[in-house]
Amino acid sequence: MTRLSAVPAAAGGGDLHARVRVARANGFVLDVTVRVAGGTTMAVLGPNGSGKTTLLRALAGLQPIGTGRISVGGVTLDDSAEGIFVPVQRRGVGMVFQDYLLFGHLSARDNIAFALRCRGVPRAEARAAAGVWLARFGLAEFAGRRPGALSGGQAQRVALARALAAEPRLLLLDEPLAALDASTRLAVRADLRRHLTGFAGPSVLVTHDPIEAMVLADDIVIVEAGRMVQQGPPAEVARRPRTDYVARLVGLNLYRGEADAGRVRLAGGGLLTIADTAISGRVLAALRPSAVVLGVDEPHGSARNTLMGRVTGLELLGDRARAAVDAAPPVLADVTPAALADLRLEPGMIVWASFKATDIETYPDSVDDALAGDDALAGEAAAGRCMNIRSRG
Amino acid sequence: MPVPLAVAGGAATGFLLLPLAALLVRAPWRNLPALLATPAVGEALRLSLLTTTIATALSLLAGVPLAWLLARSSFPGRRLLRAVITVPLVLPPVVGGVALLLAFGRRGVLGQYLDAWFGITLPFTTAGVVVAEAFVAMPFLVVTVEGALRSTDRRFEEAAATLGASRLVTFRRVTLPMIAPSLAAGGVLCWARALGEFGATITFAGNYPGTTQTMPLAVYLALETDPDAAIALSVVLLAVAVGVLLLLRERWLRPGTTL
Repeated sequence: MTRLSAVPAAAGGGDLHARVRVARANGFVLDVTVRVAGGTTMAVLGPNGSGKTTLLRALAGLQPIGTGRISVGGVTLDDSAEGIFVPVQRRGVGMVFQDYLLFGHLSARDNIAFALRCRGVPRAEARAAAGVWLARFGLAEFAGRRPGALSGGQAQRVALARALAAEPRLLLLDEPLAALDASTRLAVRADLRRHLTGFAGPSVLVTHDPIEAMVLADDIVIVEAGRMVQQGPPAEVARRPRTDYVARLVGLNLYRGEADAGRVRLAGGGLLTIADTAISGRVLAALRPSAVVLGVDEPHGSARNTLMGRVTGLELLGDRARAAVDAAPPVLADVTPAALADLRLEPGMIVWASFKATDIETYPDSVDDALAGDDALAGEAAAGRCMNIRSRG
Repeated sequence: MPVPLAVAGGAATGFLLLPLAALLVRAPWRNLPALLATPAVGEALRLSLLTTTIATALSLLAGVPLAWLLARSSFPGRRLLRAVITVPLVLPPVVGGVALLLAFGRRGVLGQYLDAWFGITLPFTTAGVVVAEAFVAMPFLVVTVEGALRSTDRRFEEAAATLGASRLVTFRRVTLPMIAPSLAAGGVLCWARALGEFGATITFAGNYPGTTQTMPLAVYLALETDPDAAIALSVVLLAVAVGVLLLLRERWLRPGTTL
């Protein structure tokens, strides 16, 4: 692990291949395999403590890997079997840290020129090159400012420019927008997307914000408790969550059960009628809360799923309200303010929930993963969701 | 304000301030320039400035790497070493002088070889003064810088590494600027301690005008023969002490800050 090998400092569009396994003394094991094509961005999404930042640090060389292999564009940066470990400063990996870590004693310009200076580029030349980056990021007028005198959005841009100015082969971003307030986040996010698109190498973005992942990434990997539980394009992840964590992130009801001839018998109790009569075996069923209609009387419409249950929570979400209904199965339903007033909806009330078979997205539950395979989780987590909503409301 | 506390506090304040006030009251202000211009006083001043500056420079050169090792690396006995290097901070300086004699004296543990192999003798020379001053003052620098290194956010160094900076470049361009205020404070503290050094110096280096008689030694000697000169030198040292305090006020006079 200590043999050094020099890596030529060349920026390129090579793919990232990484198999990373890190075991901690407390029993936590991160075991993830990712592949990111040059010019694309992969978002790593996961709850706190899931190991996503550890993955990023391993890719950067800041965290030794137990076993595995990391290569970018065919250049091996880490290989436990071959005993290769390229130290951080020779990896050519650009990193944007959550709190940016700009050097406080250097101006924005000198922060950006830092990497070139490390490479032996003369001072004047490095500063001139930094000037080009400043202009590209719309920061020309702040060139002489110290980081302490920059706004959050400006500091974020300087941090990204500083990482990109090093012409890295791989770009890593650790919660790059987390330190920003909501008003600047949108603008900076749009900017970040533009710069990520312009970057030739692979980018890996760690975040816990699903919107950020959806907007910025071409591919999403969900990591829970050190393991990958889902991977796919943003639209796929948003439509077909594989775990309760993901379902919660994308705001869907998720059920697990056995499908047979247009029916799904749910693991947590209850029965769903679905449109897909061909699917069978273990399945996941996702349902948008906005597709659920609530009423005080038993519905007689075309909806083929009707449930009766007690409202356990109500949460206002801007233009609508989300009601948690404790039925078999538990369900989250979105209602308009008008419907809310009409129904005089309040916690404790008994209501009918109905939804169409065609609104249920059913797909095989094929993840042979301990986490996803725990059937009991489905109902419990949904109930937990209701409690969350109640406590927040 | 509780009265008993006010009385005790007032007494303490008077006790601490009265001697300083006495020094200023009795100082031969009119003759001060003339007294400080006498060859003996000038020599002591020059010698003190020379030796303390060299001692501080040596402390910086050797103490900063030591502080880095204590703060950043791990090796067996690191904690013990940390405790041992702070011993000179609390050791009676005269004991330090005796210890230095036993180590670097002409027949000392190391001194005998210095003498036999290189013809170097430290005791009772100007170099000996520097050694005595560095011995008592360097721990101040090491402790200050080590604390600063410990409290810096190491992720800045990681950020520098991702930008291609080697460890040396990272230390020079990121770590050193971050600890610069503490480095300056440690240096000033070290220099001030060296300037006031008496016990170890007189024990190890003796009291020869022009070669080893620094200001504190000159003050002590002059008190017998020429009290006015002693007071004049004392006023100078007091002024230096106040100056150091002003330099460090950012660190010390702000409530809640420590070394």
